[in-house]
Amino acid sequence: MEPIIRVRELYKVFGPNPQEGLRLIEDGLDKDTIFERTGNTVGVKDCNLDIAEGEIFVVMGLSGSGKSTLVRLLNRLIEPTAGTVEVRGRNVTQMSQRELIRLRSEDMAMVFQSFALMPHKTVIDNAALGLEIAGVGRARRRQRALEALDQVGLKAHARSYPDELSGGMQQRVGLARALATDPSIMLMDEAFSALDPLIRTEMQDRLLDLQREHRRTVVFISHDLDEAIRIGDRIAIMQGGEVVQVGTPKEIIVDPANEYVRSFFHGVDITQVFQACDIMDSENIPVLDADTTAGEARNRIAHVPGNEAVIVDAGGRFRSVVQAKRLGELTVDRPASEVAVEVEPVAEDMALADLPGRAAKSPVPIPVVDADGRFRGLVTLPRLVEALDRSRTAAVSNGDH
Amino acid sequence: MEGRINIPVGDWIEAAVDWILDNLEPALDGIAWFLGLLTNSFEGALLAIPAWLLVLALVGLSWWRVSWRFGIFAIVALGLILGMDLWEPTIKTLSLVLAATAVALAVGMPVGVAMARSDWVEASVRPVLDLMQTMPPFVYLIPAAIFFGLGTVPGAIATVVFCMPPVVRLTNLGIRQVNREQIEAGLAFGCNRRQLLTKIQLPLAMPSIMAGINQTIMLALSMVVIASMIGAGGLGNTVLTGIQRLDVGLGFEGGLGVVILAILLDRITQSVGLRRKASR
Repeated sequence: MEPIIRVRELYKVFGPNPQEGLRLIEDGLDKDTIFERTGNTVGVKDCNLDIAEGEIFVVMGLSGSGKSTLVRLLNRLIEPTAGTVEVRGRNVTQMSQRELIRLRSEDMAMVFQSFALMPHKTVIDNAALGLEIAGVGRARRRQRALEALDQVGLKAHARSYPDELSGGMQQRVGLARALATDPSIMLMDEAFSALDPLIRTEMQDRLLDLQREHRRTVVFISHDLDEAIRIGDRIAIMQGGEVVQVGTPKEIIVDPANEYVRSFFHGVDITQVFQACDIMDSENIPVLDADTTAGEARNRIAHVPGNEAVIVDAGGRFRSVVQAKRLGELTVDRPASEVAVEVEPVAEDMALADLPGRAAKSPVPIPVVDADGRFRGLVTLPRLVEALDRSRTAAVSNGDH
Repeated sequence: MEGRINIPVGDWIEAAVDWILDNLEPALDGIAWFLGLLTNSFEGALLAIPAWLLVLALVGLSWWRVSWRFGIFAIVALGLILGMDLWEPTIKTLSLVLAATAVALAVGMPVGVAMARSDWVEASVRPVLDLMQTMPPFVYLIPAAIFFGLGTVPGAIATVVFCMPPVVRLTNLGIRQVNREQIEAGLAFGCNRRQLLTKIQLPLAMPSIMAGINQTIMLALSMVVIASMIGAGGLGNTVLTGIQRLDVGLGFEGGLGVVILAILLDRITQSVGLRRKASR
């Protein structure tokens, strides 16, 4: 599918002579040398990105890595030094002022780290700011602002002033202000970074809820990998103005491009990233009908490395687990289901962090099912322990350097 | 004396003044006509209202905008002015202050906006403001009297020049101090340059601009008293008469009138800047 935002060879050099800085980058000099020689600061260097419609794309990096510059290049709050940004195939970098204003007011909205609300306006007028700028009439823009406030759960506070609200509520106003213009793209610059951890999680959930109702393309800037993992469909990691890795949270954790990327894992709960389907056994598990005999079941299990088989119904939905040692209690012609253990299966997207609790209560390996209840695989205890151990060492290993 | 360096700055200024007198007379007449009209309109309007009604309005304003205590102060203070038989000079002074302030704001605020938008404008206007503020105020009286003669109009002109700097400076400062993310928010939602100014920068700079307006009014009041030396009239005239006759009592009465007017104007204009908090 055609990406909604396409960034190609994008550069931003700040300072007295950006073009000279650009030449030195092409000569292969690094950021620090260029600054020493010319006083130019490389903000973003050779950035190439394809952002798909409807995804939450997180740009991560330490402060000074160029992530905030990058997001401002997308709506040209900062003029790029070289390269192109295309939104739906239209080149933003070549747009006239009029086209640019149209793009900003109709297609792209932005949410800021410091909320950037207008203290002299009520909450509803703050939420209506984008519409006011676009010239929408007072009654109509207030109605749309009220709808947006309703979406973020702030309808009751419409007549308050921003300084009467808590930080989390203020940022919900910021979110409502962005939603009120009904943009297809939302740029969120460290939008939740100024909030308390608890409120931050709540805001992340709210954003995900909003995405479920109406999928927008979200470019989310963050320095927090936990946040990136929670909300990001894909993550781009920036270092010194360059994008060093782009991938799904899992891809980045399983295969970090360099030590810098790995350093973000420190203290991060990776068990939230992996799911039951990532660690389950799905091959070599005999799948039996409800009327399979004990003899046949024993025979089938004997041909695989494991000690279990599962019984499913006619639709392939999971029913119960059969263990080889229990089959010995039956004569060969009895149905195997007589000694089967009925356990509650888990969804395939259950987080690794939640599995140990289930494993402790289950007398047999944990069955994993898809959304329709069809059998997908088993999580055995050795598999689970191994996965937990691996994620622990992944988190700890960066403590060594 | 021989060998002593003497740069004839005074001569140059005089030459410039002569040139202006010879060549720019229509412009000077226009300014004089406009300021005279403005001052006379304010004065005519304020004197047309019965004194008791105006007192009532000022007391009501003080009570409502500032506090009930200040309302009581206003009753006593204005009663004192009426009792000292200084109502007419007080109104004359007030009209001059209002006219001069109106012109100073009309010129000063756009200049402040221009300074905020361009570093070059700021760099060139700043020394002019420094000059306007540090020059002893009496000096303005001389060219004002030469260009416009004696009376209310030259007094108003000198007052405008003297009281303009604060509102220019604080408009510039207020706009420049607006948070970067708030500017970006305006731009990100599609503001053009004019909208950025009217919807984001000016409203957010308003507390600072209001402080500038308050300062400008205070300076105008102090200059109006000095301007009575070239016949601007009002309370300054009362003070001046006191000085000429060595009449301590009369001088003090005039001075007290100025103080009362200053306190009322200061507190009432300050309260306008706090409007939102007060109205909640």
